[in-house]
Amino acid sequence: MAKTLTRGGASSGLGVDAAVAKQLLTDMLLIRRFEEKAAEAYTLGKIGGFLHLYIGEEAVAVGTTSVLRPDDYAISAYREHGHCLAKGSDPKRVMAELYGRRDGLCKGKGGSMHLFDRSTNFLGGHAIVGAHLPIAAGVGFAIKYQGGDQVIVCYFGDGAVPEGEFHESMNLAALWKLPVIFLCENNRYAMGTSVERALAQTEIWRFGQTYGVPSERVDGMDVLAVREAVARAVTRARQHKTPALLEADTYRYRGHSMRDPAGAVYRTKEEVEREKLRDPIVLFRDKLLAAGLLAEADVRAIEKDVNDRVDEAVAFADASPEPPGEWLFTDIYKEA
Amino acid sequence: MAVMTYREALNLALREEMRRDPRVFVIGEEVGLYEGAYKVTQGLLKEFGGQRVVDTPIAESGFTGVGIGAAMVGLRPVVEMMTFNFALLALDQIVNSAAKMHYMSGGQFNVPIVIRGPGGPAAQLAAQHSQSMETYFYHVPGLKVVRPTTPMDAKGLLKSAIRDDNPVIFIESETLYSVKGEVPDDPEFLIPLGKALVRREGTDVTVIAYMGMMYRAMEAAEELEKEGISVELVDPRTLRPMDTETIIGSVRKTHRAVIVEAGAGFAGMGSEIAAFVTEQAFDDLDAPVERVTGANAPMPYARNLEKLKTPSKDKILAAVRRVCNANGG
Repeated sequence: MAKTLTRGGASSGLGVDAAVAKQLLTDMLLIRRFEEKAAEAYTLGKIGGFLHLYIGEEAVAVGTTSVLRPDDYAISAYREHGHCLAKGSDPKRVMAELYGRRDGLCKGKGGSMHLFDRSTNFLGGHAIVGAHLPIAAGVGFAIKYQGGDQVIVCYFGDGAVPEGEFHESMNLAALWKLPVIFLCENNRYAMGTSVERALAQTEIWRFGQTYGVPSERVDGMDVLAVREAVARAVTRARQHKTPALLEADTYRYRGHSMRDPAGAVYRTKEEVEREKLRDPIVLFRDKLLAAGLLAEADVRAIEKDVNDRVDEAVAFADASPEPPGEWLFTDIYKEA
Repeated sequence: MAVMTYREALNLALREEMRRDPRVFVIGEEVGLYEGAYKVTQGLLKEFGGQRVVDTPIAESGFTGVGIGAAMVGLRPVVEMMTFNFALLALDQIVNSAAKMHYMSGGQFNVPIVIRGPGGPAAQLAAQHSQSMETYFYHVPGLKVVRPTTPMDAKGLLKSAIRDDNPVIFIESETLYSVKGEVPDDPEFLIPLGKALVRREGTDVTVIAYMGMMYRAMEAAEELEKEGISVELVDPRTLRPMDTETIIGSVRKTHRAVIVEAGAGFAGMGSEIAAFVTEQAFDDLDAPVERVTGANAPMPYARNLEKLKTPSKDKILAAVRRVCNANGG
């Protein structure tokens, strides 16, 4: 099933070779460190508005993107820093966007919740829960219309599942056979409302069955498991335009946003501590060390490289000027 | 010039643009096999096939979002709302996604989409099918809003809307689909968005109206002519962006303004026009700006009540006479 993706992986038993493994770890660490710095900047007042951190969920974005082609599309909700970085955006421009600066991806007009990057086919950053699912179906429609073989991955949280648009999109993608991979990041809480308090059917992947969409649940804290499940879905979508619903079992270690720092009202400290034992970065790093694919020195080198890039991103954002006042009125309409 | 109905003019505009540009497709409820609830898309499925004339289930938010997504990556969808009242189910997609995508993305992703269908008062369609829906859209930066009054405008404006790189809300009317008028044969005949039209020249008062209200205002103007009042009729055609220049120019000439709109008056189109006329041409006015609007009530079903809800010719006549000091004259 994932044969094309396991170059030389047989010896490690992990299904990936050292180069791929190193890349996966690096990408996850970059998102983690980037967001830790973003949280710091937020507390310093350098980033405003809402800041929703992805910390804990990195294996989903990284595992998924690792089996996509650059011309494949990705679209996400408002917890999208990780998806955007994984798809290949320059961390400097992402940080500058969080800072609301002119060199940001969206010239400072989008902010944390509205990251877009045409150069990587990253289609946003959408902050109305559920609204980007029909848009993803539309991108799938266009791929088919244009005769392409790309796919679109649509990331959303468990909070989007009770929305009508989840069901409308699932139905349309199945009805019209659109190459859309609906990837539900089930981190168990829609803001403070647990899945149990929101859904009559808490096994989200089963909703796919209702629409005849191949569906499965995957351990979202295991980057290799995510990678394999998405690879299967991508192959089906490329070859047969079959949509998929994947439910990644994951967890966010931080609150809903920086305004919910502890996330302590609706879940217990014990639960959070227990979930930290599944930290996708720690687990994967240890696995690679145990398999001999990486040495401690490699890990230190990766850490240093990532820290340098994040520091560079922060310096870049700090140095970037605010957007000029006249930009208030540009980009409202596209001029002919 | 050919004489055709408003419906045929729209159909021809769609046909010509679909022939011209393979990226243009039509999507919505009953647009294909059924040929459109109001037959605007008649014959399109046969000519262009199911890939470009896409029947959808009843899922307005879903298929509007499909249009937006397709537009983001290079297609030019024309989404039909069976009636614009149903667009409320897609309001989030239109307002939060289509209208803001280009801005939020810092100019990276534009959404060249047309959302079209009938709206406004019709014939006893009652509260949920008779609303003047433009109100919900012209407030939103990022949207363009068109209301075409004649078959010629229907064709020329729809073609411009389809070629526009931005989301365009294009609201037709059930009551106008069978109206006949002259339409140029030239497939490159376009009417630019954002340009008003002086439909009738006059010297005493400017009446601003569109769609069914323009036809009613025309009747009123004929009658007033006999009383010696010369009415200039201005049709904005595009409500956003609004051609304020043409309207202000006309008011500076006639020194009086009456705005007629079918929708409820509170915070309606007339409020905005009255505001900018007063701001920009106060010193030119010889009388306060008058508004003749739909009553501030939902649309009732009963025929007599429905008549009371919508501005009548008599109300237009009375307003014009008032601003011209011609009452009981």
